[in-house]
Amino acid sequence: MNRFAELLDRLAYEPSRNAKLRLIADYFRSTPDPERGWALAALTGALSFPHAKPGLIRNLIAERTDPVLFELSYDYVGDLSETVALMWPRRLQASSQEPFLSPDGEGGNFEPENDLSLTRVVETLGTLGKAQLPRQLARWLDALDETGRWALIKLVTGGLRIGVSARLAKAAVAALADKTVHDLTVHDLEVIWPSLAPPYRELFAWLEGQAARPTSSDPAPFRPPMLAHALDEADFSGLNAADFQAEWKWDGIRVQAVAGNQNGDLSGRRVARLYSRTGEEISKSFPDLLDALRLPGAIDGELLIKRDGRIQSFNVLQQRLNRKTVTAKLMAEFPAHLRAYDLLADGDEDLRERPFSERRRRLEAFVARLGEPRIDLSPLIAFRSWDELIAARKDPAAAGAVADAAAVEGVMLKRRDALYVPGRPKGPWWKWKRDPFIIDAVLMYAQRGHGKRSSYYSDYTFGVWTRGEEGDELVPVGKAYFGFTDEELLQIDRFVRRNTVERFGPVREVVHEADRGLVLEVAFEGLQRSSRHKSGLAMRFPRINRLRWDKPPGEADRLDRLETMIQRIEQGHLQGQIA
Amino acid sequence: MRPEDILVPSPSGVCCKLGGFHIDPTRPVERAVITHAHSDHARAGHGAVLATRETLDLMRLRCGENFAGSSQAMAYGESVNLDGARITLHPAGHVLGSAQVAVDANGLRAVASGDYKNVADPTCAPFELVRCDLFITEATFALPVFRHGDPDAEIAKLVHSMALFPERAHLVGAYSLGKAQRVIALLRKAGYQAPIYLHGAMQAISDYYIKRGIPLGDLRLARGASKADLAGTITLCPPSALNDLWTRRFPDPLAAFASGWMRVRARARQQGVALPLVISDHADWNGLTETIAATGASEIWVTHGQEDALVHWCAARGLKGRPLDIVGYGEEVDEIADTAANEAENESAAPSFLFDENRRDGDGRA
Repeated sequence: MNRFAELLDRLAYEPSRNAKLRLIADYFRSTPDPERGWALAALTGALSFPHAKPGLIRNLIAERTDPVLFELSYDYVGDLSETVALMWPRRLQASSQEPFLSPDGEGGNFEPENDLSLTRVVETLGTLGKAQLPRQLARWLDALDETGRWALIKLVTGGLRIGVSARLAKAAVAALADKTVHDLTVHDLEVIWPSLAPPYRELFAWLEGQAARPTSSDPAPFRPPMLAHALDEADFSGLNAADFQAEWKWDGIRVQAVAGNQNGDLSGRRVARLYSRTGEEISKSFPDLLDALRLPGAIDGELLIKRDGRIQSFNVLQQRLNRKTVTAKLMAEFPAHLRAYDLLADGDEDLRERPFSERRRRLEAFVARLGEPRIDLSPLIAFRSWDELIAARKDPAAAGAVADAAAVEGVMLKRRDALYVPGRPKGPWWKWKRDPFIIDAVLMYAQRGHGKRSSYYSDYTFGVWTRGEEGDELVPVGKAYFGFTDEELLQIDRFVRRNTVERFGPVREVVHEADRGLVLEVAFEGLQRSSRHKSGLAMRFPRINRLRWDKPPGEADRLDRLETMIQRIEQGHLQGQIA
Repeated sequence: MRPEDILVPSPSGVCCKLGGFHIDPTRPVERAVITHAHSDHARAGHGAVLATRETLDLMRLRCGENFAGSSQAMAYGESVNLDGARITLHPAGHVLGSAQVAVDANGLRAVASGDYKNVADPTCAPFELVRCDLFITEATFALPVFRHGDPDAEIAKLVHSMALFPERAHLVGAYSLGKAQRVIALLRKAGYQAPIYLHGAMQAISDYYIKRGIPLGDLRLARGASKADLAGTITLCPPSALNDLWTRRFPDPLAAFASGWMRVRARARQQGVALPLVISDHADWNGLTETIAATGASEIWVTHGQEDALVHWCAARGLKGRPLDIVGYGEEVDEIADTAANEAENESAAPSFLFDENRRDGDGRA
């Protein structure tokens, strides 16, 4: 447990992705089975202990500490798990001066836990009844040090929140593979992941060259997705419109909806699963959609919210995401919908070696056979020339997307003869996003970055003009921390240091007047209304497009212009830059 | 006779009216007794200063020859009488030269401990317990969440990180006086023999430690070193330099910080620290409470830090606890902006166009 705790502790502070990978890989390399497997399960969110609630932890500490000192400490530290971990009275080496020993004294059969491994914790919790949990937790907390206690509490109450995604943990596992034997990517792991279970002995054995590749017997397996390249104007000239079919690019979540029969037997139990494009199973978040997967097969499509007969924007979808529990109310308010654009398997038949045009026909038939209102086809865009497609991309509402246009973020081009190739092959699929929105804004505040950027002012808050009580004033409309080159970063950093008007910890307010200041050309993907911002607006994916050293701040854009943009976006007419 | 008749708290420090002196005054006074040379306790401009030789030397080093009208050095255990008040200095275990000030008058003894820690430190004399009637204690880490643990284990974390990231430069933020030298001594104790690099602000003080017979091994200035030379090395710097332009000379720097504050995650994260090292020169909660109990004092005055928790603890034990409201004590202020060495540091390495701003960039805390 202590080694695992050290790993979590270090990961929680490390900002760099590469450094995190190395820390995790180092741990896997130097930790035996099954300990490392349980650690992997913890990092990928595969463990849960429903009985361990924060209230239980609170009760445990209340029995052991002075309430005034606890409140003062909690107030200072600001995090319950951490406060408890730091304050927990030491029992083993407790000196006679130790204040506030447990008032209930030594409760009978107290034995020190000398060999407290993560494995032991997981295995014990797996069989332990709810009533015995507090006592067991207390024994462990007595045996661990500060970091160990923190990690244990985080682990059992769920939510490690140490900035490590399941995918990052898998990438660290992939890095274990001997490169001379197999050059493994996260992709390769994701394919077999659904067939694996903690503590993943067969996986580690395979990676270390001691066993064969684990095979999947999953009736509803994940298949690594095919991804598209972004289309450049330059790519266009070599392409023939007749070779391609086009669809709308939906602004939702790419998913794979798979159903199969247990044991391949038609009378067997049906298994249905929903995967994210990285192979994470997200079935639990969308039970309303899962019920609709009645036919064995694998659909590649976009998860969206469909309400009142129309597809909603990503802003609406977001309100359904990242919820701990999916309530009936949430499902009624934000009904999940699958817009299908490819069929990878039909029953037991693998279609990935068939050309797209054929898969498309099979998909149309499959969706018709399903007859589910929650699952429909992503329509093809009719076009005879690139000019017609360009026009469609500019105004999807007028080109057939009609009421769903608010959820369109560009077009997809797929070669009629394209096989379904995992990864991102160049040529068969192209994504052609709408042009970003562009405004000129004024730099107002700058904040120091993290990690390698910790000495640079690299996070910028920018604003546009609006009518205030005392004439024109700038109102913040967004924050951006990328999009610029290293050279530009140096220039902005220098500007910030020379033009600071006030400091608030790591933040500096920089000069922003009509004739003094820095104008930033900001590009962004969307706008939504937001009550959290003073401007009433929030930008999606804003970044610095260009530095406008030449432009006086007084000539930057006004809030009215953003207001016009959002109105047109809401009508589904605005696609891309308006001149 | 009550303790208040020996010492009186005032907003600018504790005062002994009988002897006509202040202890660690925060504004200029005629006669001052200084516990240690950290800038929040040892200010320039007093008429006469009484302190240990090391404290006086360090004050001279930091504030210049004219840091006081006159000065008098006293060894640990020596006493001096000032108009009926007898002053004795005892080791406080905080930094080199740090002392507790015992004041005896009319059969009562008051001890002003300054900052102290009751754990081993290879760079200064160990804390000496002095029984007394009134004990004035600091409260920097006076919450039960602060238990500092084993500093050697923290150093082991640093050494392990060096092995894991051999191509990176490890920067360890540490206060220039005391903490930096302790970290170096702990590294040497752990068998780390390679050269240790220093930010210029630490050079003079480290040299002084060596002169006083504390071995610190091979120390070099980071200033002259090339980026390639600094890969796989440890450099000590004032905490504020961790986020400064100064770090750009290092290959993929990894920020560590040696401080008792690193026990609390939010504190480490706010400072962008990737490797927090819980190494403190102040007593932790157990150290404070054990010391208070062992002095036998019935009255406890609590200064700078978490006074509430300690006063509450005293009350629960039948001791008379009293928070002192002295303005100006706190964490040792990072003196990055006011050392000539720091300017020289940046001059040689920062691109010339950045130099002007950089001097003002000690983050305003001069």
